[in-house]
Amino acid sequence: MNAPALRLTDLSKTFPLGRKMFRPTGQGVRAVHPVTLDVPQGETLGIVGESGCGKSTLARMLVGLLEPTTGAIEIEGEALDNADPAVFGKRIQYVFQDPISSLNPRKTIRQIMDAPLKRLHGMNRAERTKRISEIFDTVSLREEFLDRYPHEFSGGQAQRIGIARALAAQARILILDEPVSALDVSVQAQVLNLLADLKAQLGLTYLFISHDLAVVEAVSDRIAVLYFGSVVELGRAEDVFRAPRHPYTRLLANSAPVVGRALTAPEGRETELPDPLDPPQGCAFRARCPFATEICGTAPPPLDDKGSGHLAACYHPLDAAQI
Amino acid sequence: MSFLSLLARNRLALAGLIVIGLVVLLALLTPWLPLKPPNVTDTSNRFQPIFSDGALLGTDHLGRDLLSRLMWGTRLSLAVGFAAALVAATLGAAIGIVAGYYGGRTDNIIMRGVDMLMAFPYILLALAIVAALGPGLLNALIAVAAVNIPFFARNIRGITVGIAHKEFVDAARLSGMSNTRIILSEILPNVIPVIVIAMSTTVGWMILETAGLSFLGLGSQPPVADLGSMLGEARSALITNPHTSVVPGVMILIIVMAINLLGDGVRDALDPRLKSGALNRPLPATMVARDHQPAPAQAEGILTLSDLQTQFHVKNKVYRAVGGVSLSVKPGECLGIIGESGSGKSVTALSVMGLVASPPGVIAGGSVRYQDQELIGAPYGTLRSLRGREVAYIFQDPLATLHPLYRVGDQLIEAIKCHRPIGRADGRRKAIELLEAVRIPNASARVDDYPHEMSGGMRQRIGIAMALANDPEVIIADEPTTALDVTVQAQVLSLLDDLRRERGLAIVFITHDFGVVAQLCDRVAVMYAGRIVEEGATRAILDAPRHPYTARLMACVPELGGGKRRLEAIPGLPPVVSDLPEGCAFAERCTRVRGDCRKGEIPLENGVRCLHPVTYQEAPA
Amino acid sequence: MLRFILNPYILKRLVSAVPVLLGISVIVFAIMALIPGDPATAILGSYATPENVAALNEDLGLDKPLVQQYFIWLGNMLQGDFGRSFALNRPVLDEVLERFNATLILAGTSFVLCSILGIIAGVVSAANQYGWADKAITFVVLLGISIPSFFLGMMMILTFAVNLRWFPASGMWPIYGSRDIWALIDHLAMPALALSVVATGVIARLSRSAMLEVLRQDFIRTARAKGVHERGVVWRHALRAAMVSIIPVLGVQAGFVLSGAVYIEVVFQWPGLGRMLVDAILRRDILLVQGGVVFVAACYVFFNIVVDVAQSYLDPRIKT
Repeated sequence: MNAPALRLTDLSKTFPLGRKMFRPTGQGVRAVHPVTLDVPQGETLGIVGESGCGKSTLARMLVGLLEPTTGAIEIEGEALDNADPAVFGKRIQYVFQDPISSLNPRKTIRQIMDAPLKRLHGMNRAERTKRISEIFDTVSLREEFLDRYPHEFSGGQAQRIGIARALAAQARILILDEPVSALDVSVQAQVLNLLADLKAQLGLTYLFISHDLAVVEAVSDRIAVLYFGSVVELGRAEDVFRAPRHPYTRLLANSAPVVGRALTAPEGRETELPDPLDPPQGCAFRARCPFATEICGTAPPPLDDKGSGHLAACYHPLDAAQI
Repeated sequence: MSFLSLLARNRLALAGLIVIGLVVLLALLTPWLPLKPPNVTDTSNRFQPIFSDGALLGTDHLGRDLLSRLMWGTRLSLAVGFAAALVAATLGAAIGIVAGYYGGRTDNIIMRGVDMLMAFPYILLALAIVAALGPGLLNALIAVAAVNIPFFARNIRGITVGIAHKEFVDAARLSGMSNTRIILSEILPNVIPVIVIAMSTTVGWMILETAGLSFLGLGSQPPVADLGSMLGEARSALITNPHTSVVPGVMILIIVMAINLLGDGVRDALDPRLKSGALNRPLPATMVARDHQPAPAQAEGILTLSDLQTQFHVKNKVYRAVGGVSLSVKPGECLGIIGESGSGKSVTALSVMGLVASPPGVIAGGSVRYQDQELIGAPYGTLRSLRGREVAYIFQDPLATLHPLYRVGDQLIEAIKCHRPIGRADGRRKAIELLEAVRIPNASARVDDYPHEMSGGMRQRIGIAMALANDPEVIIADEPTTALDVTVQAQVLSLLDDLRRERGLAIVFITHDFGVVAQLCDRVAVMYAGRIVEEGATRAILDAPRHPYTARLMACVPELGGGKRRLEAIPGLPPVVSDLPEGCAFAERCTRVRGDCRKGEIPLENGVRCLHPVTYQEAPA
Repeated sequence: MLRFILNPYILKRLVSAVPVLLGISVIVFAIMALIPGDPATAILGSYATPENVAALNEDLGLDKPLVQQYFIWLGNMLQGDFGRSFALNRPVLDEVLERFNATLILAGTSFVLCSILGIIAGVVSAANQYGWADKAITFVVLLGISIPSFFLGMMMILTFAVNLRWFPASGMWPIYGSRDIWALIDHLAMPALALSVVATGVIARLSRSAMLEVLRQDFIRTARAKGVHERGVVWRHALRAAMVSIIPVLGVQAGFVLSGAVYIEVVFQWPGLGRMLVDAILRRDILLVQGGVVFVAACYVFFNIVVDVAQSYLDPRIKT
């Protein structure tokens, strides 16, 4: 079997706090707890979580924009060296959430597209022109856009340009960080379908990050649910929300407004996220969990197989029958 | 109106440009002009008045020709001022960009140094430098430039930090660009306008500063004189021969004023916010410019909108954000307005109480009736007394919509105080009651919190409590849960639902989410390009949408539980509301379009604005 | 009082002033070390006698390495010994303190004046954007920031002292007559006004744009939606929020007022520090310059701490 496209081993990030007079040194805010994860070649792994769950921090570590505190990233069997942007840029690329602010307002689209081709692949002008027109053809953008500036484009078009730029690097892995959450639903569907086509055409591997459960479910092969910096559930896309094993995933699934379901407040207890400065012992979801018992307060539950490759980090996983 | 004023501003800038251009030209030509030598003394002709023979502006205490000295002095002052500005801007910007881009320790060390320099009242530093280097014009230039470097550095650093955290810089890094290249090609082009603005607004200041040092005798040394030292030398004869002071003084004033006018113009021209009118002060109530007072519509509900038209007038374009919307909501009813961004749903909601920012917003037609009261064109006093008391609002982003510097309790009490007097203790009690009503735990403690001390969900509850403060009849909720996480959204929605049932509130609920509409609203209106395209009972529309747009839009939304699949998309984009096509606005993207769709006004009939509506049987699944 | 000082934020700001003060002393020392030639002669200037030079050399250890000289100088200053002005033949600190009083009265009055006038003008201007009040204020402000304060001072003397005889032309006290508060106000009026003009203009401009920035914020719309009266919207909601960006400007402007005081003191013969410094520079009385600069800079550092503390009370988001 091939090496996985992406392998994370104990990857974590702790942000140091500013020096304070009366704080012991070495303490910080843990944004991502150690994550170990394999993404096979050609898979779309969805990552879902609410704000503050660490999903963007994770994404930025993967593309070398943020130094991990511990752990290692392997791409296609080789360790990722993020010292040289010209090296990792060829192997993994990133599509940003805000399509407009990810394009320099003072550069033409051609200049933006040129950068990866020139810096990463050292192409000359003729090669670049040829390659750009190929890429634009793949993402169905007209070549006359090349001499315009970003502000002349709508969100959906700008996001296509962002995707085109990522493709220009010829990386085989794309990190898609909320690529459609700034877009309206009718445009969102256009972009999602484009991404699906590109993947089939070019054999890409996606890491699709979003807060929108339905979107993640619609595009992913597997889904990882993040809560308070940890993966709490990981399983096949069709199972995770239909038959969640972790109580938090069930809460998420029940909270999503769905046509045809009556309005209920899905929880009545503590609703706040834990304080990152004062993280709880044991399971971070304990305070909001209806099934919490003493053991949940002892140590964070390990992420393990709860049957047929469906992983959950919970001492009291829900039965498939309970749903 | 703002357009005319902007023009007037530019005219001032033009005047500044002409004046300073003339002065600079004369200064450049000075060596070739038929002037007397500026430094030749002629004590027999001292203190000649203005317009005397052979000395147009008179002579000074040594009998030197004032006009000649003025021209040569102007030349010197301008050169020194511009040079100082250029040096300070270049060095300051370089320091600021490096500090702002690299951040961390580099930034820390550099900015500590800058702070240190800024800890001096600037003239002390200038005086110290001149004291060390000795008086002289070049030393004054060095002093003035050096003193201004920290100001530039700090300013540019702030801008750079903002740009360095933009996503396009990350993207450039991922495109394999080195730090130097990113600074030069990504950061610098975005910082240059700020540098130019900072320079154009400080050149005048630098000229004043160098003139000041010369005035004190620390700048240019006799016999050579810039404008400052001319003034300094004339000071002793101020009372006897004021013209020797007035001539150089007025010249400085003219130069600096022209430069400042020009600088303001440059700033205005380069600041995109000014162009878009985003720096306009919104009026207390939206402007109303109706051609005619519409006949009072049949008051069907407690709040009735008929043919409401709201426009944005930006430059010479008219954006018809709301192009004739009629709606009505009954007591105890929840009406949903759903649409994509730019469909006009929020503007419709804000128009009701005149809260559309104006300029550029203008209510151009139609009427809004609350009970029997016409709101469009109502006097400000009437509108104000109804705001919050009868019709209250809940807005989208609860952090931005609460005042950051007042305690939430005080903001609640204020909401009450706007409409009836209430004592301190009573107010506090009532505020706690309101917090309890929106199920905020530990209300008596949280009443003293500031908004930033609360989570997003709690802040939105405050927003709701504030809307409830005066027991209004109607609540207009403008995407109140869009900024919230799903688990929190579910709580806020169920709270709103409970409240409206307990209190018999009429709610107008703006959203882009069909799921939310389905769960909360009795009726729904779908908006597209500023108009309602379909309206009716929520159930009926969700089960069998008749307008092709509604049907297609619903099909775009993935539903949870559907597994991995391809999504339906609507090709193309909504039309720009400044340039709406004739006929149906959706025709361009519609698969059912026929010739008659692109002609004339298409009415809203039987709850749908479509000539060829989807019939029940063929509605897409 | 003790609790006030022990407030962690204030304590932190006070502690952070120490390196700034040290930095200031280093900068001043470094600048003075730039003076070419024999330092003792340069410091003593033309007033030097051989004995003076010898005494100074021993006093300051000018033959020692620079670093050592700095610490000797710093140590002396910390003990209140700023050296001796040879031109005036008295201790630097005595002279500085005496002059500082006069400057404080002048600059303090101007600062209060420009803060109040500037903020009011800015708010009124923003609230009536593009109205006649805005245009009038904008024009006056433009005039104010374009006119050199020393020229304005001279014109005021010519008009109000010489021609109209409303105010005395110069000085701080009448030569004959009682030194009461009215005499002071009489002498203070013109210089204080002349000094505050530029800063008023700058503060008015910044207040105007800060207000315009705030008036478009969402929470202003919330206030209006609640039914707050427009007066309350402008003065209670908008100004309060705008003050967060105005206060730091006031801190910077205090430095500008202090700087402008140098010119005004020269023009109006006000017996303050600024005039002393200019005279000292022209006489090359280096120790007096050094002492005066360090003293004023230190005062300004503490003033800025006060500004920061005021800011922390105004903005609860600033955490310790």
